[in-house]
Amino acid sequence: MSGAQPAPLLKLEGLTKHFAVQSGGFFRRHVTALRAVDGVDLEIQAGETLGLVGESGCGKSTLGRMIIRLIEPTAGSIVFDGVDITRLDMQALREHRRGMQIVFQDPFGALNPRMTVEDIIMEPLLIHGARHDDAARKRVDEMLGLVGLPLRARSRFPHEFSGGQRQRVGIARALVLNPRFLVCDEPVSALDVSVQAQIVNLLQDLQRDLGLTYLFIAHDLSVVKHISDRVAVMYLGRVVEIADKRAIYAAPRHPYTQALIAAVPVLKPRERGRGRRVRITGDIPSALNPPSGCRFHTRCPYVMPVCRTDEPKLAPTDAGHLVACHLMDNQESNKG
Amino acid sequence: MSLLEVRGLTTAFRTERGEINAVEDITFDIDEGEILGIVGESGSGKSVTALTIMGLLPQPPARVAAGSVRFRGETLTGMSEPRLERIRGSGISMVFQEPMTSLNPVFTIGEQIMETVRAHEKATPRELRDRAVEMLDKVGIPSAAKRLGDYPHQLSGGQRQRVMLAIALACRPKLLIADEPTTALDVTIQAQVLDLLMDLRDEFGMAVMIITHNMGVIAETADRVLVMYAGRIVEQAPVVRLFERPEHPYTRGLLECVPTLEQDTERLAAIPGSLPEPGRRPPGCRFAPRCRWRIDACRTGLPPLVEQEPGHASACIRAAEIAAQIGAA
Ligand SMILES: Nc1ncnc2c1ncn2[C@@H]1O[C@H](COP(=O)(O)OP(=O)(O)OP(=O)(O)O)[C@@H](O)[C@H]1O
Ligand SMILES: Nc1ncnc2c1ncn2[C@@H]1O[C@H](COP(=O)(O)OP(=O)(O)OP(=O)(O)O)[C@@H](O)[C@H]1O
Ligand SMILES: [Mg+2]
Ligand SMILES: [Mg+2]
Repeated sequence: MSGAQPAPLLKLEGLTKHFAVQSGGFFRRHVTALRAVDGVDLEIQAGETLGLVGESGCGKSTLGRMIIRLIEPTAGSIVFDGVDITRLDMQALREHRRGMQIVFQDPFGALNPRMTVEDIIMEPLLIHGARHDDAARKRVDEMLGLVGLPLRARSRFPHEFSGGQRQRVGIARALVLNPRFLVCDEPVSALDVSVQAQIVNLLQDLQRDLGLTYLFIAHDLSVVKHISDRVAVMYLGRVVEIADKRAIYAAPRHPYTQALIAAVPVLKPRERGRGRRVRITGDIPSALNPPSGCRFHTRCPYVMPVCRTDEPKLAPTDAGHLVACHLMDNQESNKG
Repeated sequence: MSLLEVRGLTTAFRTERGEINAVEDITFDIDEGEILGIVGESGSGKSVTALTIMGLLPQPPARVAAGSVRFRGETLTGMSEPRLERIRGSGISMVFQEPMTSLNPVFTIGEQIMETVRAHEKATPRELRDRAVEMLDKVGIPSAAKRLGDYPHQLSGGQRQRVMLAIALACRPKLLIADEPTTALDVTIQAQVLDLLMDLRDEFGMAVMIITHNMGVIAETADRVLVMYAGRIVEQAPVVRLFERPEHPYTRGLLECVPTLEQDTERLAAIPGSLPEPGRRPPGCRFAPRCRWRIDACRTGLPPLVEQEPGHASACIRAAEIAAQIGAA
């Protein structure tokens, strides 16, 4: 991890999505900006897995969908493989999109119930101009083998499969165009725990064999830690901490990250309640009206006056460990 | 006598494919002040067990095909609806799996709490209001008195779940059945709700039956645990024992396949295959097709739940052998 880093496969700068939503009472309706994602800078290196965690509504899916241009950004830029794809038109985008695909959470909703598995997996090929011929069918066979489904699955329909098998179909479809980069948006959250492990292992095998790069979005911090190289923590549309997964779990710097980790139940009943010391109270505030200054200040146990007025910047503390928290400013000045 | 005694309970559903047993031969007790965890994957029969105890399954299609439920010595199975209604709420109350569908969207949360109390106790409007504020306060809704007039849609998911708890606890039940009380919640809110459940148990001496598919939630809350698989109890043990010396291969599998924050593992130990649907259960042990310890004998009969040590039972014909082998390793 020393020396000059190669150019990242994906680079986000100031990426922002504000949804226009109706708000107010019946008579005084007005449009407000819902700040779903608000100025995110991130880099993902080729071949790595970046985990993305944070509470419901913090903007993880919106970020993932903007990257593959399913959602138009309000501001900021997306550079993929050296090309700024933020404002490419549909025609030019199509070629680049081959390189980036998405796997969704819900293996039930994401697949068209009237299509056979073969049609589902082949569809992206056809959209990109391939013909429905032997070559395409052979490619489907390859994909079935790759994700561990029997060849006879090709003529069956999604409802004939269990959740885990459906997720395999979703992964096969995402990989059929040979992408380099995959957004995995909660790919195992809807699965039974005994099946989750099968899919996590499959994603890891595929990454190793095909040299894939992942943005892995999940609620479950343990799964994210298992699969990721680095982890980014989001809160109300912003990234508050990024680091190597071991650093972020062993020595979380941001009070929000600390609280998230402390809240994860431990599988050791003798140590129960260990996290109680660092509980945060209250709920995540609304993205329609995020708190001033540091967005976490309303729930932060260490809040200081400056936190209410100034938004902290994401800044390095140790090598490769970025934190957006005013407590870090103090540590810097204490050291100096 | 335990607070709740469930004996040989079997609940069947009438379906197109004939009658199927959603849960089968369920036997367990809950003592006063005890937290019993029920863990199992989707479709294993956790909710059906809870709803049968509460007498809340529509019959038909459901039918209690065998067994009984006794609460404080009174038999609930077959009890008349008016008598059951009196027990629900004041004796046993339940928090349901889906918070949004079980709060009534057209009534304020204050009205919903007061209505529950009114149905079970004589109280003046003033007392009802005080109780509602007290309960909301207890479950950690800030400025409770001001929130009485809020409608469910004005609350966040975590707040709704806490209002559900406030309603369930309003009549100070002896037993609270909480069906996946935290599944829809973020970890930080989940931790708050679990802390709250434990505090309420300590304060009121209420027993809790907590249903979840999350082993972590069990580890944080339960005194004793039932593990369910495909409609049957496969293992039952005090919580520390279950986590430290699991006997059933399914329980072991469940504990091994979830990654933890503490350890680094290269690869997760997945359980192959998936849970069988009720109509397609294999003969013999239902876990056998997925079990790496299976032998031919596993396919022949349903393994009985056998107590290997006092309080620790498992339904695996090789339990003792597996325990010895793993203990020796
Ligand atoms: N199409 C839309 N229109 C308006 N608001 C939206 C839209 N999509 C998302 N939002 C809002 O943007 C915010 C971020 O949503 P997003 O789905 O990205 O969150 P998330 O982190 O993926 O949450 P979860 O963990 O629940 O999936 C939320 O407040 C959400 O309500
Ligand atoms: N009304 C019904 N009619 C027919 N079958 C039913 C009905 N309700 C439940 N079942 C079946 O009973 C079995 C047990 O269901 P139950 O809801 O108890 O599972 P669970 O363990 O609570 O799962 P989850 O974790 O998904 O909530 C399932 O196979 C389900 O399909
Ligand atoms: Mg999402
Ligand atoms: Mg259920």
